[in-house]
Amino acid sequence: MSLILAIESSCDEMSVAVLKNKREILSNIVASQIDTHRLYGGVVPEIASRMHVECVSTVLKTALSEAKIDMKDVDAIAVTKGPGLVGSLHVGMQAAKTLALAYHKPLIGVHHIAGHIYANELVEDIEYPCLCLVVSGGHTELVYMKHVFSFEVIGQTLDDAIGEAYDKVGRVLHLPYPGGPVIDKLANQGKHRYKLPLPMNDDSYNFSFSGLKSAVINLKHNADQRGEEIVNEDLACSFQDVAIEVLVSKTIKAAQDYLVKEIIVAGGVSANSGLRRKLTERSSMKVLFPPMAYCTDNAAMIASAGRIMYENSMFSALDLSVKPSYDLEEESVGE
Amino acid sequence: MIQLLNEKEMIEFGKSLGQHLFEGAILTLNGELGVGKTTLTKGIGQGLEVKKIINSPTFTIVKVYHGNKTLYHFDAYRLEGQNEELGFEEMFEDDGVCVIEWPQYIEDILPVERFEIYIKKNEDQSRSLSFIAKGDKYRQLLEEMSLC
Repeated sequence: MSLILAIESSCDEMSVAVLKNKREILSNIVASQIDTHRLYGGVVPEIASRMHVECVSTVLKTALSEAKIDMKDVDAIAVTKGPGLVGSLHVGMQAAKTLALAYHKPLIGVHHIAGHIYANELVEDIEYPCLCLVVSGGHTELVYMKHVFSFEVIGQTLDDAIGEAYDKVGRVLHLPYPGGPVIDKLANQGKHRYKLPLPMNDDSYNFSFSGLKSAVINLKHNADQRGEEIVNEDLACSFQDVAIEVLVSKTIKAAQDYLVKEIIVAGGVSANSGLRRKLTERSSMKVLFPPMAYCTDNAAMIASAGRIMYENSMFSALDLSVKPSYDLEEESVGE
Repeated sequence: MIQLLNEKEMIEFGKSLGQHLFEGAILTLNGELGVGKTTLTKGIGQGLEVKKIINSPTFTIVKVYHGNKTLYHFDAYRLEGQNEELGFEEMFEDDGVCVIEWPQYIEDILPVERFEIYIKKNEDQSRSLSFIAKGDKYRQLLEEMSLC
């Protein structure tokens, strides 16, 4: 039995959740700033942290009242310690430490990506060993998990993260922010008729999306110079096809090489319809995706990872500090 | 002004530059999306003997690497249009090396003395790099690398 209160504020969402045992989500309140940041075409870090300060107590109160619990019922307080934007992380960390101190609760510092990974466990138990494809605005990694909370990064992006490539391509095509969901939607209405290179199509488990981004920029630039019209739907489709193709083929290859029992997907880009479709179709083994509501940043996933850390007594001292760039492997337990 | 034909040459140049850098060096990289700023930084990292993979810092604004000197890799791309205290000053004053992409967005807080690199993409996909050294230490760096 456990009751975990979790706080997540690594980027532009401030979220508080209450999780009972493994998967009874009593509340998961997410205050998103996406409308504000859309005005700027991306997350503005200083605005993000200032808005977090403004809303943290409201989000906390709402999460507690929706869960119909009192702070004294909580077993532990989990909080995202990194990676993320330093100012944003601080707001959640201060709130968590204050609560832990005031209510004498153990504090658990959670790695943001461990949270994304364990969003999957809000639906069903993960079977180990497994391979996790982490895809978000800041990450593109293949993580081999031999057992629970063991993380070995076997491949990663050498330049841009996939979500970042989507956002930057979105910006070049003058699409609204964030580019990911918009391109995904357009891609489903378009045809793959622009020729783009398969990025980093080799035997390694690493990725590269910078060249693909440049190819899209060149294509658009050349068309503009010739006065030709680019069909955004078709370019979105062509871009998504090649980006997803390399993610899917490398994930499947790694899963076979490492003889895992299943593939799990984590991070904001796990909401991408093209990735969901292609990976499920192509994989002969089981593929787990987080529920759509828990793909993007939320505190329920931090509670889910925090629950496992609670069961394993992985507590943090009250002098815990935020870690804006923090390796997932440093979080790994066991051999 | 120098011309680099491909990614390999960009990395090689970065490596040589990294080997010539001194403690506390500030480098700014200007150029459009996809011009090769992160690629150049990878090379600089090699010159500083950084072993880890250097990838885009856009998401967290700054990434820190440890080689024979600390490398702070900034990307101010997401800081467009704001002039706030971000706590970068202490990194600029540290004895590590700072490489700053999209410096125009944080012009106000940049140290006056710095090495400015401008990267331009040519029609044939090669890249032209030009340099502005601000301060004696950086003018000396230009001379040492025979870039002037």
